[in-house]
Amino acid sequence: MDVVTSQTVSVEVNGTTYEREVEARRLLIHFLRDDLDLTGSHVGCDTGNCGACSVILDGTLVKSCMLLAVQADGAKIETVEGLAQNDELDPLQQAFSDHHALQCGYCTPGMLMSATALLRENPSPSDEEIARAIQGNICRCTGYWNIFKAVKAASGQEVSE
Amino acid sequence: MLLSEVGYARPATLEQALGVLADYPGARALAGGQTLVNVMKARAAAPDVLVDLAAIPELKGIELGSDGTLELGAMVTYSELIASAEARARPILGEVCAQIADVQVRNRGTIGGNVCSSDPTNHLPPLFVALGAELTVAGPGGERTVPAQEFFLGVYLTAAGPGELLTKITVPPGRSDGFASVPIGVDGTCIVNAAASLNGGVRVALGCVGATPVVVEPASRDAENVQGAVRDAGIDPPSDVHASSDYRRHLAGVVAARAVEQAGQGS
Repeated sequence: MDVVTSQTVSVEVNGTTYEREVEARRLLIHFLRDDLDLTGSHVGCDTGNCGACSVILDGTLVKSCMLLAVQADGAKIETVEGLAQNDELDPLQQAFSDHHALQCGYCTPGMLMSATALLRENPSPSDEEIARAIQGNICRCTGYWNIFKAVKAASGQEVSE
Repeated sequence: MLLSEVGYARPATLEQALGVLADYPGARALAGGQTLVNVMKARAAAPDVLVDLAAIPELKGIELGSDGTLELGAMVTYSELIASAEARARPILGEVCAQIADVQVRNRGTIGGNVCSSDPTNHLPPLFVALGAELTVAGPGGERTVPAQEFFLGVYLTAAGPGELLTKITVPPGRSDGFASVPIGVDGTCIVNAAASLNGGVRVALGCVGATPVVVEPASRDAENVQGAVRDAGIDPPSDVHASSDYRRHLAGVVAARAVEQAGQGS
């Protein structure tokens, strides 16, 4: 059984296949940001608490600062860059804009990926389900209310302002 | 964060994984990585080699026997356990896993990682002790089975020694279980927790009050009796910024009684 300190990693990110030689110690978030220049996903706390680095890996929401790039070899990854199509915001992004769900915007890429994962699994989530779905994402600006409203609105449910 | 240089292997079989662990004494098993990767960032651990267990089929899967016994692969994630129809044979398992951290962590974190990290604040060590689970450990000399109560040896220390791997956790049939905790925020790290099971007597395992889960067996389910049994257990919990030793000892009695009450509702 071979032990390697670097290897070729092949991933499909937002529909595009990338292949790079990567050190085993490289975190997935740095692979995305620094090697692939996909800087939409953010590094916030770098301790697995804040969720700014959240991406969808083979259909599952993960924090990309707690994963090595080599662990993602062969995976399909979705990042915030994949949401808008032809320069058109996707409905969730539009709802974030409409409901002022961001101020500084740092947490937004992670919030959008967590909400995307939620709405795929549960198109009409209850208030509690929305709150629990974004539990792993910390926002220091909004107090969460507007994010909550945006997710609810994007799911087609009525939102009281 | 840039980690220290580390080797990486992704074995496809248990035998290969044990081989790498034998060849590299500084190697560590990498399960979901939701603890280990952060510990490596902090330089609190510096393994020479990470043995990624993700591609080993023997470590996955949840099997429900005809008698209600559950066999849980060590690499089953919290999310998989929560979603598993088989695991509903023992509903407390999914209920407790749903209280761990957040969606992202539950999607990657594994039950094997939770028990093998043997952090005194983890949810699953007291739960598996209360349920009377058995843990199967594979090593160069073959396989052995360890009762949960004997598996946890100390802080970050388990019966799965160097060169060995936890492969599965076997949970006996039963339904009357409970779990209660005082966490730091919803689904946060536990300040104190307790699991209870009423399958043949009252069995409570307390977490966060010592290096390993503390077993208490009150004579009855009565809340005062349970709290009295916890007092008599002579625990000496640590003090920290979240709770003094005295307060943690008090909370241990409270959560033990709550866990027993929940267990009673399921019987």
